Amino acid sequence: MIDILYFAWVRERIGLPRERVDTEATTVAGLVDELRAREDRYALAFADISALRVAVDQELADFDAPLVGVREVAFFPPMTGG
Amino acid sequence: MIGVRVQTEAFDAGAELNAFSEGLQAGAVVTFSGLVRDAGSMIAMEIEHYPGMTERAIAAIAEDAAARWSLERVLVIHRHGRLQVGAPIMMVATAARHRAAAFQAAEFLMDYLKSRAPFWKKEIGADGAEWVAAKASDEDALTRW
Repeated sequence: MIDILYFAWVRERIGLPRERVDTEATTVAGLVDELRAREDRYALAFADISALRVAVDQELADFDAPLVGVREVAFFPPMTGG
Repeated sequence: MIGVRVQTEAFDAGAELNAFSEGLQAGAVVTFSGLVRDAGSMIAMEIEHYPGMTERAIAAIAEDAAARWSLERVLVIHRHGRLQVGAPIMMVATAARHRAAAFQAAEFLMDYLKSRAPFWKKEIGADGAEWVAAKASDEDALTRW
């Protein structure tokens, strides 16, 4: 089981701030493929992953990052702090 | 000494500066404050963040700055939640032996906070709300460090 978190417009598009999923994916990209296949709102949110950033266990990561032993994956648009 | 605060409450930049400067051996203190800019018909700004990761990411950026410019102290305060136009969003303070290091470290902190700290700004207007898009220039700013 992995906790998935969504922020900003990704959260709004999917309609959830977080959820716990059972996944067979071995990488973040594999997890994105599984999510996309679920429902239109997921397909829409993940339509263009170049517009998204991902954090694995609260560290910025790439979409090819492995999911082995990972507890938390977060998807969000590029950050706008400061 | 590194201080990181992520909070909804307002802060008093003057009081923070005085507390930050007390008992310093360093000769130079630089502070930067960011306020909610009035972007036309804006009523407020809503700032979302990633609790847990935010504190970790800011602490890592501050530690980098402290090591790189041999800072005696660093402070980062960043607010989240709903903020009115003109309200303070965040501030950084750096204390170094000389001013060049204090200025550079403050700029480094600002550049990294902008695109590596997990905050997302949304402008709330009279006719609706819109997420602020990150600029390519913000990402490019990191290459100079």
